[in-house]
Amino acid sequence: MTGLLELRDALKSRKLKAVESVGEAIRQIKQVDPSLHAVSQTFEEEATRKAEEIDRRLAKGEEVGPLAGVPFTAKDNICTCWGTTTAASRILQSYRAPYDATVVSRLNDAGAICVAKTNMDEFGMGSSTENSALVGPTRNPWKTTHVPGGSSGGAAALAASTRGMIHLGSDTGGSIRQPAAYCAATGMKPSYGRVSRFGLLAFASSLDQIGVLQANAAECALALEVISGRDDMDSTSVDRPVPSYTNEIEGGARGLKIGVPKEYFPEGIDPEVSENVKRGIETYRKLGAEVKEVSLPHTLYANPTYVLISAAEASSNLARYDGAHYGYRASSPEDLFDLYSRSRVEGFGPEVKRRIMVGTFVLSAGYYDAFYHKACKVRKLIREDFEAVFREVDVVICPTSPVPAFPIGEKIDDPLKLYAVDILTVTANLASVPGVSFPCGFTRGGLPIGLQIYGRPFEDGTILRLAKAFQDETSYHLRAPPLKAWGDGARA
Amino acid sequence: MAIQKKIDPTAGTPHEAVIGLEVHVQLKTKSKMFCGCENRFGAGPNSLTCPVCLGQPGSLPAINRAAVESTVRVGLACGSEIARFTKFDRKNYYYPDLPKNYQISQYDLPLCKGGAIQVYGGEEKWVVGLTRIHLEEDAGKNIHAEGRPETWVDLNRAGVPLLEIVSQPDLRAPEEAGAYLKMLRLIMLYLGVSDCNMEEGSLRCDCNVSIRPKGSSRLETRTEIKNLNSFTNVENALTHEIRRQMKLKDSGGEVIQQTLLFDPIRGETRVLRGKEEAHDYRYFPEPDLAPLFLDGSWIEGLRASLPELPMARLERFQKSFGLSRYHAEVLVRDMDMANFFEECVKTYSKPQEVANWVINVVGEEVNARHVSVGEIGITPGRLVDLVKAIEGGKVSKQKAKDVFKAMLGNERGVVDVIQALGLGQISDDSFLREAVKEVLEAHPEAAEDVRNGKKNSFNFLMGQVMKRTKGKANPGMVNKMLEEVLGRGTTG
Repeated sequence: MTGLLELRDALKSRKLKAVESVGEAIRQIKQVDPSLHAVSQTFEEEATRKAEEIDRRLAKGEEVGPLAGVPFTAKDNICTCWGTTTAASRILQSYRAPYDATVVSRLNDAGAICVAKTNMDEFGMGSSTENSALVGPTRNPWKTTHVPGGSSGGAAALAASTRGMIHLGSDTGGSIRQPAAYCAATGMKPSYGRVSRFGLLAFASSLDQIGVLQANAAECALALEVISGRDDMDSTSVDRPVPSYTNEIEGGARGLKIGVPKEYFPEGIDPEVSENVKRGIETYRKLGAEVKEVSLPHTLYANPTYVLISAAEASSNLARYDGAHYGYRASSPEDLFDLYSRSRVEGFGPEVKRRIMVGTFVLSAGYYDAFYHKACKVRKLIREDFEAVFREVDVVICPTSPVPAFPIGEKIDDPLKLYAVDILTVTANLASVPGVSFPCGFTRGGLPIGLQIYGRPFEDGTILRLAKAFQDETSYHLRAPPLKAWGDGARA
Repeated sequence: MAIQKKIDPTAGTPHEAVIGLEVHVQLKTKSKMFCGCENRFGAGPNSLTCPVCLGQPGSLPAINRAAVESTVRVGLACGSEIARFTKFDRKNYYYPDLPKNYQISQYDLPLCKGGAIQVYGGEEKWVVGLTRIHLEEDAGKNIHAEGRPETWVDLNRAGVPLLEIVSQPDLRAPEEAGAYLKMLRLIMLYLGVSDCNMEEGSLRCDCNVSIRPKGSSRLETRTEIKNLNSFTNVENALTHEIRRQMKLKDSGGEVIQQTLLFDPIRGETRVLRGKEEAHDYRYFPEPDLAPLFLDGSWIEGLRASLPELPMARLERFQKSFGLSRYHAEVLVRDMDMANFFEECVKTYSKPQEVANWVINVVGEEVNARHVSVGEIGITPGRLVDLVKAIEGGKVSKQKAKDVFKAMLGNERGVVDVIQALGLGQISDDSFLREAVKEVLEAHPEAAEDVRNGKKNSFNFLMGQVMKRTKGKANPGMVNKMLEEVLGRGTTG
């Protein structure tokens, strides 16, 4: 057994039973998790029961779905009726969602089976998965002293160290792509509106998007095909037909126009990152793509814009966690204010509080225009940058993160340093464009380096096609980390 | 609808009151504003809820199109400008009846701008300008049990579509406010968009009030009285508050900007919060909902399908049917009664006769039984039959009310009922002549008095004939016969 596609085929041809597939997934997770702390809970019992039911239905000749028996994990900010949905926050430590997120329902309907919830930075706020209030920091399977990136760090660590599963993550400012880069996974953040957010615990509604972290682009295409599409429960999901991404990824790089934005190799970028990404770009030239330099001039302002908008929305989105209705409640409150105040003081971690305070401030009377409103205007300029560039080129290519994975504890006490890690990923969310990150090399110290491709809105297939073309030509994505759940051999 | 001149607290003083109302109207759509839950009053606590209106993590709103349609119809009925582009915003504040701790409302781009409502005040018609009408979601209800420390929260009402209708400060007296509110309610009822039941809270009113010297056009510091739930309370609260402000100013004091609550039992207002405690709601555009673009032809379609509105009907009843303003008003302010009246005059062209019957007899029955005209058990056709029977001399006016009562709740024809009650009028010429002869013989002195011009004696003789015939004599015929015998002109 190797990758997701082979697993899917084996299940389809009934060479493998769903129970075996689920059993193998659980076995892998159990093997790596003591070292990685990548999952918050596993659903061995529930998943096995569901697998048995699927096997029974398959035996009867029933049509179960295109992913019958395929295991998947959900980031812990995605609602599942099984277990708890905590967003790695003390305030939701024992919260049980009364419904499945639309993505979970779609995977369930396709016959896939949820085997675990993955660790993350609390409410998605962080770039290292060190901000998990419940599980503790997740470790990088390439070097367990290092962070896996974040906030979908649990999913990234599993995507790198296990095989044959779908990993759902969410990306508000790079939370799929940056951990994918740090763990040598292929992480896909779809266009805003491509995948329903219903059931995703909101961090910043206008930026959040659910996506997947996998071993390669073909796996991403398969998963994306199932989870995409309009959902009446999410008004921001878009009513456009979902193409067959598994077909769209064929076709190679020839003839495509690739733009390299000069602003995406900023001062202070790690030279090894820069060098490997540039070599990756050369690979595309070799594959017959037309490569040219382009400019996205407002990139300079992207990070502060992101910080303000995401904090503003978060301050409102997280207001519902107040101890009154569900989740953590402070004991013996004196009055209503005390109930609210202490439940939130005791329930939220420091990074979440920091962002709520920033967000509350920038929306306040007298500051709205200077901060939030101005940020919205800059966001519009950033969008226009992309619109202009996408009239010239089909995609934009750049590093995912200015640095490779860093040691646990190195940046956690300096929020500005940590925010700076996001500068190359936040633009995709601000501009609502799709982005995919995949490995394009390794540092001399053996840490993965990610390359990122942005595409036009709803041309998700194009960027996956380019990722696939790269992976057909190179083998970085096949390299196995020291910490993995299988014996020798490549990943997929 | 009309203003019955009551006490004007500023009468005889140098002050003038300036009043503006903010009226909240619950729309009676099938489902709630942003989810599929049933929109209904009186169900068991929290039985009409789902993850969306409970504000569960990950849930998202989806706009109820019917609520937007109702709002646009109200705007069209009030002559407002309908926005072609509009959006929703979040109003952030903490309260247990608001599960998300923000209310989805509209801030700077309401669905309807401007417009006016016409109201009759005494003999003249005047106009109350509207600032805006916007659509939002209602909050739930906090329930405080007498003598208990807990607060219970019922979220059945959370998410019910709510209109906020803001008037210009065009009202000058409590009774004007009452008249405006009643007209507003009537418009809603005519449009069928709300029950406007103040007891159930589907119509609620906040009053802004200030006073200034008569003749001034300046707006002075105002206070706001929150959440008044009956017409009487609105007028009483305003009267109290105007008096309070006048007294304050007369004694050299200053009105301070405050939000007040009215205690209807003590007839007093108390301070809810001062200006410095005013909320900063930190409005910002709701990122979970796409902006709305309203189609011009859709709006025009709604305009074309508006029903006749109360003011137009009032004028038509006066013009086409020759009714007095008073009669027309009594009919129009009960839409069912007005419809009943119109059905009657379709088949019987004596509108004043019909109006008398509908208002006095039908109306009395409706009021006594607290039901609508449709529920008292008589169709317009059968009422017309009764009125025709009176005209045709088949039953006396005096006894017709007994016939009416006997016709309720069954389908018996009017002739049957008259006969069954033994109330058939005697129009037999020879029988009546005999009776007249007998009466004249019995009271020769009265006959003599009539000949000498005493009108009272004529009526006495009429009465004697009626008595002799047990009230069944056709009074017109008897009148004629007496005239013949005693001479013309005697009845004056």
